[in-house]
Amino acid sequence: MKRFFIFLIVCSCLSSFANAQGIIGGKVTGNFQTDIQASKEDSTIGAKKLDDKLRINSFANFIYTNGDFSAGVRFEGYLNPILGFDSQYEGAGVPYRFASYKKDFLEITLGNFYEQFGSGLIFRSYEERNLGIDNAMDGLRVSAKPIDGVVIKGVVGKQRYYWDDIWSTDNGLVRGLDAEIMLNDLISSFPSDYRLNIGGSFVSVYEKADNIFTTINGTQYRLNIPENIGAGAFRLNFSYKNFNLGAEYAQKGQDPNAVNNYIYRKGNAFFLTADYSIKGFALRFEGKRIDNMSFKSKRTSTGNMLNVNYLPAITKQHSYSLMSMYSYATQVNGEIGFQADVMYKIPKNTTLGGKYGTDVKLNYSYITALDREPIDNYILDQTGTEGYKSSFFKFGDEIYFSEINLEVNKKFSKDYKMNFMYSYQTFNPIAFGHAGNPMIYANIFVVDGTYKFSSHQSLKGEIQWLLTKQDYDEFAKGDWLQLGAEYNLNGKWFFALSDQWNYGTEQGDKVHYYNISVGCTQNTTRVSLSYGKQRQGILCIGGVCREVPASNGLFMTITSSF
Amino acid sequence: MKKIFSLITMIALSIALYAQGAKIANVNVKDINGKTVSTSSFNNDGKPYLLCFWATWCHPCLEELSAMAEVYDEWQKETGIKIYAISLDDTRTKGKVKPLVNSMEWEYEIFIDENADFKRAMGVNNPPHTFIIGGDGTILWQHTGYAEGDEENTIKKYIELSK
Repeated sequence: MKRFFIFLIVCSCLSSFANAQGIIGGKVTGNFQTDIQASKEDSTIGAKKLDDKLRINSFANFIYTNGDFSAGVRFEGYLNPILGFDSQYEGAGVPYRFASYKKDFLEITLGNFYEQFGSGLIFRSYEERNLGIDNAMDGLRVSAKPIDGVVIKGVVGKQRYYWDDIWSTDNGLVRGLDAEIMLNDLISSFPSDYRLNIGGSFVSVYEKADNIFTTINGTQYRLNIPENIGAGAFRLNFSYKNFNLGAEYAQKGQDPNAVNNYIYRKGNAFFLTADYSIKGFALRFEGKRIDNMSFKSKRTSTGNMLNVNYLPAITKQHSYSLMSMYSYATQVNGEIGFQADVMYKIPKNTTLGGKYGTDVKLNYSYITALDREPIDNYILDQTGTEGYKSSFFKFGDEIYFSEINLEVNKKFSKDYKMNFMYSYQTFNPIAFGHAGNPMIYANIFVVDGTYKFSSHQSLKGEIQWLLTKQDYDEFAKGDWLQLGAEYNLNGKWFFALSDQWNYGTEQGDKVHYYNISVGCTQNTTRVSLSYGKQRQGILCIGGVCREVPASNGLFMTITSSF
Repeated sequence: MKKIFSLITMIALSIALYAQGAKIANVNVKDINGKTVSTSSFNNDGKPYLLCFWATWCHPCLEELSAMAEVYDEWQKETGIKIYAISLDDTRTKGKVKPLVNSMEWEYEIFIDENADFKRAMGVNNPPHTFIIGGDGTILWQHTGYAEGDEENTIKKYIELSK
């Protein structure tokens, strides 16, 4: 395998060189990122002493393209992984390499690849580098467009697990097929006002059976573990003028695993979205029901790795730090919920719209547990049984998360604009893995404003305020206030100061998490350096989260594309 | 240590040998109605065009696209520019793309790169990331991040590279 990498690298460099000399075609592109962290002990925030002075995460992608052919490698190094990354990442190497050929109607990829069927309910291989998630497949992927309007995809392979040589492990083999038909392109006489796409997929995971035992009413049983787990999904997307409707339903066969407590209930998931939008106005609704849908290529595995499917949270994704303090994460064993959005641009040259118009966005989301009942004579989720009964449309009594959020973006003049955001969140700590703790109710306010002095300089100020009565643990520490300022020069330099103050807690000190940072961007290269305290918390991207421990010290990030 | 050294060597070699003239990657993305489209079909009648990677959850991206939307009409008349806005929203947020684009009254060519295939192939780290692509598909210029007023530099660069 090593020889293969070296061969690819040499090929890339040689051809790049050759190309610079104008001998043959082919180009090398890529990107890299390095995060360097130095953290010292700080008992006031719970930052632990680290034996290694510096922690470094880095990766670099190199892609060689020559006409229809491309090949690439990714180097990754975690020496040692920065705080919050799984220690199993420790090490360095080339976990990702591929060769791909794409011509008109056919695309073939050998080696590592990412792919998604439909909305990912039964298959999505993807990476979220900042969360340390990478479930890249290693194997073969084929995508074909036999006729206009039809796309067929096939995949086979195993998923990445940190640095394991996956082909020598017992991890499951993932195989999948997907077909999508775009009727407007397939049938030329299809009415053009309407658009209809339909699709279907099938995924199967083969994993050798393990010996797993359970004791029910004093008798020990050995579980009859299925070696092939199949899942199928059907989807459609319909649109008529300004109206859109999308739906996907997925079903999974019996899959007793560590996440669902080895129950034999079949899994299913339903995802529905509908929207209507015209210039300046949009309405949107999204509903989701998930029932026993953890789908991994290793039945004993828990956590963020080896996921075959993708079940995102349907809640608003926040970028302000206090807004996202209580971020929801999908409960893969079961949840039901919906969210609705209204977006409106108050027109220009009206009292409320002003000279530039005003953007108003309203979002509401509500997610509960499934309504579940135990199977006769057994407790809920009893290993070796069907686990529970549940009616499809009924919401459970336990609220997991709800939020009402109002956002207003207003530009007052050519040089001055402001954003306002208000949110009321109801948060069940189950999403942080702390089931059974009191609910958290929080009012959160954000105001930020940007003033442009000239075309080269701007100043940004920000106030965030979180108010909650719940103050009982590391993750529920009462009120917070955050102030921040950022100065931008020439679009190249920035200087920022911020302080996150946990003034409302009786749990330990009322700590100031101050931070100072400076950064520089030159075309595609960005270097930023920050010094300060980072609170312990949960970092979430795309509804998937990881825990970030407290730290106090220096953090440097370098990113570049070439 | 050896691995770090080889990484540094690889980066140094690639930068040193990096030949101007890499082309836009040829991968599949989806249009706003869910139709699969190849990025090799992107064009502006032989003139350069802008490629902007963004996402509904990315504040600086929304600021950049909103700032350009205000002057887009003017830019188009003066320079003939065309903007392809590539959304990196995945299943969680991709349903917001069309409603947001309509409610913000953006007139860009919108495509969705749901599983980040195009992002990976173009070497994009984080949005916003803006490219100027030449009429023949060559990458002429790229820039990452957005600060107030950056759009003025972008259009200057576009005019300069269109000559």
